Amino acid sequence: MSVPAGYYLILAAALFSIGAVGVLIRRSVIVMFMCVELMLNSVNLTLVTFARIQANLDGQVLAFFVIVVAAAEVVVGLALVVNLFRLRASTDADGVGALRA
Amino acid sequence: MTPVLAQATEGGAAELWTFIIVGAVALGSALGLILMRNAVHAALMLVLNFLAIAVLYAVLQAQFLAVIQVIVYAGAIVVLFLFVLMLLGVSREDSLTARVPGQKTMASIVGVLLFVSLAAATAGPFLGDASVCGSEAALEGTGDGEPCLGLAAVNAAEGNLRGVGFLLFTDYVWAFEVTSVLLVIAAIGAIVLGRRREDPAELVEPGSTVLPARPGEDDAAAAPGDGAPDAGAPDAGRPDGRPDAEPSRAEGEERT
Repeated sequence: MSVPAGYYLILAAALFSIGAVGVLIRRSVIVMFMCVELMLNSVNLTLVTFARIQANLDGQVLAFFVIVVAAAEVVVGLALVVNLFRLRASTDADGVGALRA
Repeated sequence: MTPVLAQATEGGAAELWTFIIVGAVALGSALGLILMRNAVHAALMLVLNFLAIAVLYAVLQAQFLAVIQVIVYAGAIVVLFLFVLMLLGVSREDSLTARVPGQKTMASIVGVLLFVSLAAATAGPFLGDASVCGSEAALEGTGDGEPCLGLAAVNAAEGNLRGVGFLLFTDYVWAFEVTSVLLVIAAIGAIVLGRRREDPAELVEPGSTVLPARPGEDDAAAAPGDGAPDAGAPDAGRPDGRPDAEPSRAEGEERT
């Protein structure tokens, strides 16, 4: 009646796969960003679990850096989405055929 | 450490039930995130997922990250998502139909394969009795699976927050400083990208055949084509339906 560490890793793998499928099937750029955040979180869960397995806090420090980089990525990404919406009046990823305009 | 949290983090039945309930919430909200048609509902599912993962961090003896998860992710990042959703007014129903035939099926197959390979690669050695963190079997090296040592001793020495902070400002201080530069660059990038231009045509090179879609002209171009009754409403601000890129592109070619 207790939880082996592998269960957390399986949960993190499931969350990562769900996020990857979401990036593949959704068409709104904003929801795709949300799915990327979900994948980053599942990787953080893996890092924290391995930190516990190794009895070492380095994994938690790395997860902290992942959170910081994710925050920076969301800021720039959402600014890009706002620009895309100004150009296309839509956030549909399928309508974007070229990087330039 | 409070008795409840101690019970939940020391490999007892409390940890099992916490894992089952919170894991089910995390999986359900993740599925809701990719299946909800409304983007605002998807963002709310994302908040639920982040909070569930924060609970898992607390159970995994990462108290500092649990608090940071709630403050930064659930508090700041999702609010930023919702702010942009409200700003753009794209809270209407998002079409889930795929343009590529069989896209969903292929994506699901890829997802299942990814899950199987990831789970086998990471979780495979850690499923036995010895992998119960902090248990006697793990500490003595008996039983199946790789041992999970547990953070109880590390956190008891000086606390999780002091331990993470000490690492952050000694071993990882260079990465920490680089991170501050990264945040400044991200802020400057957001300011530059968010600068409002008077004429959207400045965004493309002169002579390009692709011109940006302007909401008013896009309505006029789309109205005769699909005959949408509400497309010509002058005070709509944004076109109600999802305007395609094709009318504006054809319009741009005519103009040049």
